[in-house]
Amino acid sequence: MGKKNLISITDFTKEEIIRITELAADFEQNPNQPLLKGKVVASLFFEPSTRTRLSFESAINRLGARVIGFSDTSNTSVTKGETFHDTIMTISNYCDMIVMRHSLEGAPRYASEISKVPVVNAGDGANQHPSQTLLDLYSIKKTQGTLNGINIMMIGDLKYGRTVHSLLQALSHFETHFTFVAPPELEMPQEYKLFLQEKGLNFVEKREIDDAINEADIVYMTRVQRERFTDPMEYERVKNAYILRNSMLKDTKPNMRILHPLPRVNEIAADVDSNPKAYYFNQTENGVYTRMAIISYLLGVKK
Amino acid sequence: MAQDKIMEVRAIENGTVVDHIPADCLFKIIKILQLDKETHRITFGTNLESKRMGTKAIIKINDRYCQQEEINRIAIVAPMAVVNIIKDYKVTEKLKVVVPDQIEGFVRCANPKCITNNEPMQTAFKVIKGNDGEIALKCRYCEKITHQDQIEILK
Ligand SMILES: [Zn+2]
Repeated sequence: MGKKNLISITDFTKEEIIRITELAADFEQNPNQPLLKGKVVASLFFEPSTRTRLSFESAINRLGARVIGFSDTSNTSVTKGETFHDTIMTISNYCDMIVMRHSLEGAPRYASEISKVPVVNAGDGANQHPSQTLLDLYSIKKTQGTLNGINIMMIGDLKYGRTVHSLLQALSHFETHFTFVAPPELEMPQEYKLFLQEKGLNFVEKREIDDAINEADIVYMTRVQRERFTDPMEYERVKNAYILRNSMLKDTKPNMRILHPLPRVNEIAADVDSNPKAYYFNQTENGVYTRMAIISYLLGVKK
Repeated sequence: MAQDKIMEVRAIENGTVVDHIPADCLFKIIKILQLDKETHRITFGTNLESKRMGTKAIIKINDRYCQQEEINRIAIVAPMAVVNIIKDYKVTEKLKVVVPDQIEGFVRCANPKCITNNEPMQTAFKVIKGNDGEIALKCRYCEKITHQDQIEILK
């Protein structure tokens, strides 16, 4: 088998997505499996992201591999004007896998063309963040028992939020029912709505969080950021419409769970945190098992 | 049909004639075919009358026979262009431009945050053909769409 990368969620088939969630469940049962003893994984954070980096590095350590790399580029040859091509070419000689985050979109895809070893995208600008998507899917499967036929309500910034786009693409394999709740400025882009239509999937669009929340199995929250609005008045007008409050949850389904890619700002009121349906902090723990699954699958130690 | 139009720009003995170019695309096609680096004699006509298109442009390149592959690049901006190969003042071959599935290296990605706009590297796109004949380019790297009216030809 040739070198396998994970750059975009569309690089994985439906079967591979399912397999990753199964492997993640296995790692959750047995978190310390030194399957990668003697291996070296490079963790290249051209753009800092402490949360994602530590989650990956925890996964690498639990698999028994060693980590090399950097958490920002201030002290590296990158600042000395070396091309990205040369940096990746060199580092791929030192390691068995590269995990990278970059502010420029497409950098990980380009790296995968240069590198001799597999590349995992840990986020490239507004483009893709596939390990986040897979951990979202694992969280859905774990809490709902299945990925099939889920009713999901996505709330907030559906235009720029890369996590909702990747999650939508992945869930399109599983006969998902979508409800989109967003202001006109931040609604789901046309290309994703067309994508769903081509796949024969239904979706409903709403401007506010209404009774439809009582049908949802998953409520997926995103940040509504002030800087996304051309008109600040418009932001002031809509910002409160996309805050989830505990009072909205009283008639929701017992199996319903609230997900959020974190960090949150104020889009989930603090009184929701103690509700058993709040799942966003458990989600982060699932991230480590999901990343163990991704790394071991790409390196071929788990099939 | 084309008799009177050909007269507007002098006929060539041998070479390639690119006809039915939308007038506003002439300079993009000059770049795509790298005619600015061409040493053969070239004649251009633009804002010519066209029954089919209103106005059009035409390019005549002496003593150079364009290949199908370079002609297909034109399709990205002018899918309705027609290319005639001329030998001894006669059209010996009529080439239809075919919209390719992939293109590499000569169009800029419209996304300023794309790696291709920040590193010395080639661009690459998947060509998406809409039902309305419109073309869009999906970047292999940043996965963003460059729409037909955003297409900028790289040097
Ligand atoms: Zn691009």
